[in-house]
Amino acid sequence: MKQVFERPESLKEVSFHFCPGCHHGIIHRIVAEVIDKLEVRTRTIGVSSVGCSVFLYDYFNIDVCEAPHGRAPAVATGVKRVYKDRIVFTFQGDGDLAAIGTSEIIHTANRGENITVIFVNNTVFGMTGGQMAPTTMLGQETTTTPLGRSFIGDGYPIKMSEMLATLEGCSFVARVAVNTPANVRKARKAILKAFEMQVNNMGFSFVEVLSACPTNWKMSPQDALKRIKDELIPYFPLKIFKEKTIPDTL
Amino acid sequence: MNDSKKRLIKGNEAIAVAAIDAGCRYFFSYPITPQSDIPEYLSRHLPEVGGTFLQAESEIAAINMVLGASAAGARAMTSSSGPGISLKQEGISYMASDELPALIVNISRTGPGLGGIAASQGDYFQATKGGGHGDYRTIVLAPYSVQEMYDLTIKGFDLADKYRMPVMILADSILGQMKEPVAMVGKKKSTAIKKDWALTGCEGRSPHVIKSLYLDGDKSIEHNWKLYHKYQKIQKNEVMCEIKDCKDADIILIAFGSAARIAKTSIEMAQEKGIKVGMLRPITLFPFPNQQIEDLSKDIKKILVVEQNTGQMVEDVLISVSKNAKVTFYGKPTGNALEAEEILGQIEKLKNKKGFNR
Repeated sequence: MKQVFERPESLKEVSFHFCPGCHHGIIHRIVAEVIDKLEVRTRTIGVSSVGCSVFLYDYFNIDVCEAPHGRAPAVATGVKRVYKDRIVFTFQGDGDLAAIGTSEIIHTANRGENITVIFVNNTVFGMTGGQMAPTTMLGQETTTTPLGRSFIGDGYPIKMSEMLATLEGCSFVARVAVNTPANVRKARKAILKAFEMQVNNMGFSFVEVLSACPTNWKMSPQDALKRIKDELIPYFPLKIFKEKTIPDTL
Repeated sequence: MNDSKKRLIKGNEAIAVAAIDAGCRYFFSYPITPQSDIPEYLSRHLPEVGGTFLQAESEIAAINMVLGASAAGARAMTSSSGPGISLKQEGISYMASDELPALIVNISRTGPGLGGIAASQGDYFQATKGGGHGDYRTIVLAPYSVQEMYDLTIKGFDLADKYRMPVMILADSILGQMKEPVAMVGKKKSTAIKKDWALTGCEGRSPHVIKSLYLDGDKSIEHNWKLYHKYQKIQKNEVMCEIKDCKDADIILIAFGSAARIAKTSIEMAQEKGIKVGMLRPITLFPFPNQQIEDLSKDIKKILVVEQNTGQMVEDVLISVSKNAKVTFYGKPTGNALEAEEILGQIEKLKNKKGFNR
């Protein structure tokens, strides 16, 4: 019988520890599939962040460096400057990338650093137990917005993809979701494109993935999928914000 | 040493030249006075040897770029001053735990807060007691001449690689801005070590991971003891200090860095007046020369500690000296540097004094 589905070589043979209904596992798998497809596993270096994604090295069958909270793009810059021919990517949540790491992500993108960033946006600090993130939706109850996020005092949910797309250094910026099989296919296509940009020395590439956190949303996995469709996607539209076709030259 | 090969050069530039001579090809930093000659020199000269100079968006980004380059196996470096070093402490703590080598230069300034740009030794505690969060140390080298700015930079890279840890040069604007002739022999002196732990992509081997997270209690304890034993080994093997004129001395003056440089003149002035005063100058601040101080203090009971701060290294001297030694402290939190005459005054005062305050 023909085997049609198997574990990517870029993933270790271990089970994910993520909560039921969490999308980290799906996104890990997509990234691993892309690394396999491009046949770059043995020359890829991953940079994990602080949050639920820190355990990247437990699952990916590649070299990995852990970065301090929010600093993954700076660490990846250091790695990439040493090894220009290696594929370097970061995998960061919204607390990491859109709060404490805002400076690093903006300037790494602005330098056009030839790395790929996978940004998992689940509108909440996951690992620390469900506090408000910069991406938390208005009205969303978290452990630090018990009455729901209000734009008065807490501000509005930040749109990182839209912001980064304004920077010349970005070669590719897209927002995707993995809440339906069709969206998973689109997400895989976007992440493949982002890594291809790096392979072709086009500069900084960025994919934001809307992701479910049923545990901290205090929802069933099914309701979490519904929330992504009904609440998140209307505010965080799925689209390709920027795609360069010609590399920058002096 | 062939004097004709010497170059008249500024202390900060000596560090930059030494970094290139030591094979460092990756430098990441953020502008701050009074260390800016280092990045300015390297921005021009690192690319000439195929190296990378990157002006980061922040001190924090700079140290994390060093972390990444070091994880990839390269000799990497950053430099800063006081407030900038405070910002880098998060990254330094991670690198200590990750066991990543790097050279960090602190051309320190007065503090606390924004302070000023004058020479100061107020960063001694921060440099020698860890500096960031957690139970760790960095090796701290304290030059007192432009030649030592050069030599200890080379030595710093070698020690960082040997022990897989961050090494700090602790100097100040007196040492950074003064010019002296320097013999450049770094290329011969430095020894690069093969880094089979580095992240290079896992071609032909199983993946490497560089991390500092240990949620498992036993593994966390094991990791902390491992670091501790490394620091013990460094304490045993790497202490450097200069001991001068201490035989038959009645007084030992203990000082490091720029304070030692100024005190050297005071000692010469005192000796001309017939006062028997010698000097012990710690060159490594961690590891601290505890044993050397204890040994000397057995015979010489009068000890004068001089620092350009309100009293930091003196605490390490106090835990080092033998029971009967009397330690006197003279410090000046700068803005204006110590003067040789005022230290001479302290030496004379001490000579005539019978009882001492610890």
